Amino acid sequence: MDAGVALLTIFILSIFIGFEVVSKVSTVLHTPLMSGANAIHGIVLVGAIIVTGQSTHMPTTILGLVAIVMATINLVGGFVVTDRMLEMFKPKKTPKEEPAEAGSQGGAA
Amino acid sequence: MVAPVWLQFVDLLVAICFILGLKGLSGPKTARNGNLIGAFGAVVAVVVLFIAHPGMNNLPLIIGAIVIGLLIGVPAARGVKMTAMPQMVALFNGVGGGAAALISIIEFFEMGVGEPGAEINYGALAATVFTVVIGSIAFTGSILTFLKLQELITTRPIVLPAGPFVTGLVAVATLVAAVWLLVAPSTLVLIVLLVLSLLAGIMLVLPVGGADVPIVISLLNAFTGLSVAASGYVLGNVLLIIAGTLVGAAGTLLTREMAHAMGRSVSKTMFGAFTATAAAAAGTGEERPVKTSTAQDVAIMLEYASKVLIVPGYGLAVAQAQQTIRELADLLSEKGIDVAYAIHPVAGRMPGHMNVLLAEANVPYEQLRELDDVNPEFASTDVVIVVGANDVVNPAAKSDPNAPIFGMPILDVSAAKQVVFLKRSMRPGFAGIENELLYQDGTTLLFGDAKASLTDVVSAVKEL
Repeated sequence: MDAGVALLTIFILSIFIGFEVVSKVSTVLHTPLMSGANAIHGIVLVGAIIVTGQSTHMPTTILGLVAIVMATINLVGGFVVTDRMLEMFKPKKTPKEEPAEAGSQGGAA
Repeated sequence: MVAPVWLQFVDLLVAICFILGLKGLSGPKTARNGNLIGAFGAVVAVVVLFIAHPGMNNLPLIIGAIVIGLLIGVPAARGVKMTAMPQMVALFNGVGGGAAALISIIEFFEMGVGEPGAEINYGALAATVFTVVIGSIAFTGSILTFLKLQELITTRPIVLPAGPFVTGLVAVATLVAAVWLLVAPSTLVLIVLLVLSLLAGIMLVLPVGGADVPIVISLLNAFTGLSVAASGYVLGNVLLIIAGTLVGAAGTLLTREMAHAMGRSVSKTMFGAFTATAAAAAGTGEERPVKTSTAQDVAIMLEYASKVLIVPGYGLAVAQAQQTIRELADLLSEKGIDVAYAIHPVAGRMPGHMNVLLAEANVPYEQLRELDDVNPEFASTDVVIVVGANDVVNPAAKSDPNAPIFGMPILDVSAAKQVVFLKRSMRPGFAGIENELLYQDGTTLLFGDAKASLTDVVSAVKEL
């Protein structure tokens, strides 16, 4: 099979899988699901590492490093925030262990 | 770098992790594990990448950049309040889209297409152009969404003078620049395309108002997924293609579902402000009589009730009054009163947001009723307590075709015998429209901070 066609095949089949896996989801889970999907596209980090690892010019290296920082924030932050959301759905938890709600936003911009 | 065969197998396993992760996230029991499976896959993919390419350039810098990302991302995700979580997701999405766009820009230079005599792979070039456009739109769009949700800028739809014209112009210009870049690739055109795409993201989100913003986050999430998939095509990386496409497809479907839950179409959400009469009636500040009451009145009213429904809204979350409302509910339950929470699908700022917030306060899952189940019950309810909610109970969604929320399913609060509104002021809700319900006969208002008011009601009930 031609390499381009193979990639296209993977692309098309992935669309169907993507539709299929979320076809039955209750509104209660819309927010965590969106957040989880958001984390998964943070895997663009792999691409950022690859291009930076190949780069031999200063400007592209800098762009690559910026991309790595951004992708890491997306990937790690996404999974952590989704986990925090889903933790709330756990049955029975002592009401005491509130996580420290420190000053939050801003840093990630 | 060409990936070794064993690495390609590992990538296949990671892709399976992502599929199982998404699948898990769609079920309440499996959701947490699903997320962990996805995270596990991501960690494996990154670690294995380093093992497979021990001789890559810039290795110390790359690791340094990852550490910086961790130092920003983890505290942000851990520290963010659950009420501010939608905008945090928007930010995470934005930086992901930005990263995809940057990767494509780097590949554009690496391909050397700007130089004379270079052989051009048009498939890769097209994917590059796509990633730059969509990734940039996701980037600026998400940041604007963040600013709106954080209320750093107005939550109302912003329609610039000649807005549709400017937006159309930007869209056409972006398209022209994209085609131009394909035909005659040069750095200058790339920069023009980048600027136009960043601008397009802003133009796309500006006219979207208040309650519709979550739908936009979901849409931009799907955009980022697609741009990641396209950057995977540029790099010939199967994992990025699969992961990005999964999110793109799932995100598109999710966007439609969300829009459906709010009774809107996606296109109306995005472009509705251009056609609507700009919510003319928005809080014209006319003085009309309302009935107000004290915490004691409310306590007595509740004492005589046999069935009480609580309608929580974003105001409850802002006042951090989840614990107090649960305390009140527990107190009433002890007195033998039937208490439940009526949860609108978009209560809070995102579909399902309120469920997260109430779960945080240990409200039993069985007491949460969804819209379709609870609406027939209002007629037999003695008292409805509306805490910090407005748009989700606003009858204008049914009666006023000009209202921005027209068509959204609402909680039929007016069918109940008595309605108590806990409000901070007469200020209209997130969508910026007057609520007729406030002036109805069976409605009383208890002004003040939701937490303070509820605390007063709790102590008044205890004293009875």
